[in-house]
Amino acid sequence: MTATPLLRATELSKTYRVGRALLPARRRAVQAVSEVSLEVMPGETLGIVGESGCGKSSLGRCLMKLQDITSGTLEFEGRDITRASAARMRPLRREMQMVFQDPAASLNPRRRVGDLLSDPFRIHAACDRAEIPDRVAALLRRVDLLPEHAMRFPHEFSGGQKQRIGIARALALRPKLVVADEPVSALDVSIQAQIVNLLADLREELGLTYVFIAHDLSVVRQISNRVAVMYLGSVVETGPVDRVFSAPRHPYTAALRSAVPVPKLDVPRPARTILSGDLPSPLNPPPGCRFHTRCPRATALCRAERPALLPDGQGGALACHHPLEA
Amino acid sequence: MTDTTPPLPEKARAAEGPWATAWRRLKRDRAALAALAVLLVILAACLAAPLYATYVSGTNPFATNLNGTITVDGKSRDVLEASTEGLGLGLTPIGPTWQLGPYMLGADNQGRDVAARLLYGGRNSLFIAGAAAVLCLVVATFVGVVAGFFGGLVDTVLSRILDVLWAFPIFLLAISLSIVLISQPLLIGPFEIRSGSLALPIVIIGVVYIPYVARPIRNHVITLMKSEFVTAAVGLGASPWRILWVDILPNVVTRIIVFVPLMLALNMIIESALSFLSIGVQPPDASWGTIIQDGQGLLYSRPAVALAPGIAIAVTVLALNIFGDGVRDALDPKSTVRIG
Repeated sequence: MTATPLLRATELSKTYRVGRALLPARRRAVQAVSEVSLEVMPGETLGIVGESGCGKSSLGRCLMKLQDITSGTLEFEGRDITRASAARMRPLRREMQMVFQDPAASLNPRRRVGDLLSDPFRIHAACDRAEIPDRVAALLRRVDLLPEHAMRFPHEFSGGQKQRIGIARALALRPKLVVADEPVSALDVSIQAQIVNLLADLREELGLTYVFIAHDLSVVRQISNRVAVMYLGSVVETGPVDRVFSAPRHPYTAALRSAVPVPKLDVPRPARTILSGDLPSPLNPPPGCRFHTRCPRATALCRAERPALLPDGQGGALACHHPLEA
Repeated sequence: MTDTTPPLPEKARAAEGPWATAWRRLKRDRAALAALAVLLVILAACLAAPLYATYVSGTNPFATNLNGTITVDGKSRDVLEASTEGLGLGLTPIGPTWQLGPYMLGADNQGRDVAARLLYGGRNSLFIAGAAAVLCLVVATFVGVVAGFFGGLVDTVLSRILDVLWAFPIFLLAISLSIVLISQPLLIGPFEIRSGSLALPIVIIGVVYIPYVARPIRNHVITLMKSEFVTAAVGLGASPWRILWVDILPNVVTRIIVFVPLMLALNMIIESALSFLSIGVQPPDASWGTIIQDGQGLLYSRPAVALAPGIAIAVTVLALNIFGDGVRDALDPKSTVRIG
C-alpha cells in the first residue's frame, strides 16, 4: 500500500493515575491502552472489538485527541498530532469527528436541536449565518428527521432519533474521519440496524472513513472492512473482517467469535470456547502475554514473554506465540 | 435511505423550553404561590412604610414621645405610663391599641411607634437580605465557575481560600468582621463603608456565605465539564469560551436561581441576629433584629414589642423557604440544594 494512512497510531498508550498518592512509589496507574499500533486507510472502515473494559473507548478518545496521549505517536494525514495543543487541534476537528455512545448525554439538554446542529457551522464559520437554517434543515432530512424538529429539545426524541441528531452533527461539515464509539450499543436492537444502515449509506455518499468501536461482533461485521480485536488494552489480532471472524488465529478472537449466538437451529454450531476467569485488572496486568491467564493454549513462553503484533502475511497482524492454524 | 420516508404525523407546536416548563411547574405548586403572595404583601407593606407613618400613625419611626398623651376609646392616656406593676416604679410604654392609628402595636420604651418601626425595620431587613444575597451570589458564582472551569492550580488556590472562610463559625466571622469595620471605615474603591452604614451588615452577610454557595457551584461546573456534551463540544472544535458560554453557564444559572430564595431566608435570620447583637443595623435605624432587642426589656410587660418583629421574621422566612422549595422543584427537580 502506497497511500498515506488517514490516521496512524504507533505504540499508543494511555495511562490513568489512580488515587492521589503524594509519594511517587505509591502512585498506581491503570494502563487502559497499551502500545496500540494501527493504521486507517482513506475510505475503509476499521472495526475495533473487545469486551467491556478492554480500552476500546479510551483508544477512541485518544484517536480523537479528546484526552491526552501518554506515550506513542498519532498522525493524521501524515501530520504528527500527538502533542498538538487544544488550540492547534481546533481547525483539525473539522476533518475528524466523533459519534458518541450515549446520544442523550452527548447533547446539551438545554439547547434546541437546531442550535445543536448549527454549532459545527458556527464554530468553523463554514457558511454564511443566513444559510445556517437551510443547512440544518438539510441535515435533519438527511438523517430521516424533519426540519420542524429543529425547534425541539433533545429530551423529546427517542434514543434512535437522538443518535441520528448526534450523527447529523458529526457529519455536518463532511469530515474525513469519523470515530464512532459504540454508536448503537445504547439502542434497541430493532433501531440498531437502522442506525448502522444510515452510517453505511452516509459512508458511501460522503466518502467517509470510519473507526467503528463496538462490542457486538455482528454489528462490526456488518459495517467494517477490517477489524482489530482488543484485549486488556492491546490489539491481539487485526485483519480483513471476513478472515478474522471466519478463521480467527488468536485464541481470544476464537473465543469471542464462539460466544456470538447463532440464530439458526439446523446449522451446526462451532465448538464453543468458554473462557474461565475474569478479565484481569488493568491495574495489575499479568506478565507476558496478557491473555495467558485465560488462554487454553498458554505455555511457559506465554507467561514469560509478551508476543509482539507481527504481520501475518495475509494483510493482517497477530500477537500470539501459539496461533491457531490458518 | 432516501427521502421517501413518510413524514411522521406532526403536531404543529413549538417545543416548550426549559424555562417554560419550570414556570408551568411552579404555577401548579399552590403552596409556593401562596408563599409568594405572602412575600409580596410583606414587601408591599414595607415599601408603603412612609405612607403608614404619615397617614395612619401620624409619626415617624424615629420620633420619641416621652411626655405625650393619646386618646384611646375616648380616654386620654400617657404614652409612657407610670408602672402599676411590682413596686410601681419606672415607666411602662403604652400597649397595643389594636386600632388603625397611633400606637396600633404600642410604643417602645422611648415612646416610638412600634408599628411604624416594624415597617421601616422591615425595609432595612429585606434590603439587607436582598443586597447581601446579590453580593454573595455574584462573587460566589464568579469564584465557583472560575474554579470549576479552569481547575488545576486556580481551583486549588480558590478552594483553599474558601476553606479558610468556611472554617470560621459564621457568627464569629461576622462579629470579628463587624468589629473591624465599625472601628475603621472600609474603603472599597470609591465606596466607603463607615460604621452605622447599612452596607456594613450587607458586606458581612454577603461574605460569610460565599463558600456555601461557591462550593456547590464549583462542583456542578466540574460535573458539567466532565459531561459528554462538553466532550462533544471539544470534539466539534468549540473554543473554551464558547463552551463556558453555551454549555456551562446556562446549566449553572438554574442552580443559582434555586439558591436565591433560600439565601434570602438565611440572610434575614443572620441580619436579625447581628442587629440583635448590635453589630448589624445601628440605632436609631431600625431593623427587625433591633426592634427585638428594644423589646427585650419589655418582654414581661409589653411582649408585643419583641413579638411583632419576631413573627414578621418567622412568617417571611417560612414563606421564603416554601417558595424556595417550589422554585427548586420547578427548575431542578433532582437537586437537593441546601445551605448552611
